[in-house]
Amino acid sequence: MIDTLFPLGWQHYLGGGLLIGCGVALLWIGTGRMAGMSSVFSSTWSFVSRRPYFRQPRWLQSRAWRLQMALGLVLGAGLWWLLFGPQQPLATDVPAWRLALGGLFVGFGARMAGGCTSGHGICGLAALRPASLLAVLTFMGTGFVTAQALAVWGAR
Amino acid sequence: MTAAIVVLAGALFGFGLALSGMVRPEVVLSFLQFRDWGLMLVMGGALAVALVAYQLVPRVQAAPLLGGSFDTHTARMHRDTFIGSALFGVGWGLSGVCPGPAIAGLGTGNVELLWVIGGALAGAWLQGVWADRGTAAPLTQDG
Repeated sequence: MIDTLFPLGWQHYLGGGLLIGCGVALLWIGTGRMAGMSSVFSSTWSFVSRRPYFRQPRWLQSRAWRLQMALGLVLGAGLWWLLFGPQQPLATDVPAWRLALGGLFVGFGARMAGGCTSGHGICGLAALRPASLLAVLTFMGTGFVTAQALAVWGAR
Repeated sequence: MTAAIVVLAGALFGFGLALSGMVRPEVVLSFLQFRDWGLMLVMGGALAVALVAYQLVPRVQAAPLLGGSFDTHTARMHRDTFIGSALFGVGWGLSGVCPGPAIAGLGTGNVELLWVIGGALAGAWLQGVWADRGTAAPLTQDG
């Protein structure tokens, strides 16, 4: 049963999830901020764009710490790689067009929805927001359909 | 001090994403294709800790340790939340990558994730343009 659900084992999934939660909790206890990651893709535009949307105080006031958080993400994952990762850098067999087009949908969709897997999936649910539950069920649904369609099509 | 805490919080988050394999698009896709349910454990573990922190800390502590105030989550029951999430899920299913892993994965040397970062930056810019429609945005001044 466990082997069927988690062919690669389950401990690293739960351990990783708990660590992610600790990062979210530390940011909350220390600064009162919520650790949604998609906002950095909007707030960073405020450094260069004069569009009204990107001039909003919420981007101007959060753009510095969101980049600091992003730096932390890279450093933390880099530490894992140095300590436990393979000799070679990680790579993916997912073709570039799927990464780029997927990224486009991810950026547009998450910003339109006001959050992604972290902003709605972790923070929003932890804040008991019904709208975040709607968001999670929706992106899980379209994510399943899209990935299954690719699998039927012969792609993984 | 605040910056150090933010970077440390990010590092915990990023280490967790790497340890759990979420920085590998193949692992995320194996969840979305029902071959490995690990992502549920990752989300569940993270949610359990975050839930305790979000619900309990403000009751025992008037303000965050480094000052300021506790943010209120901005999620709202709105058409945009639904449509945006549907589009986000399509991108997630196409790429196997969401924003946190796209950024964290760079630390594991996976430079192919720059395709996702580039796509997401373009998508977020288009969303800003879309959100500005109807307002008198001087296009000539756009950066």
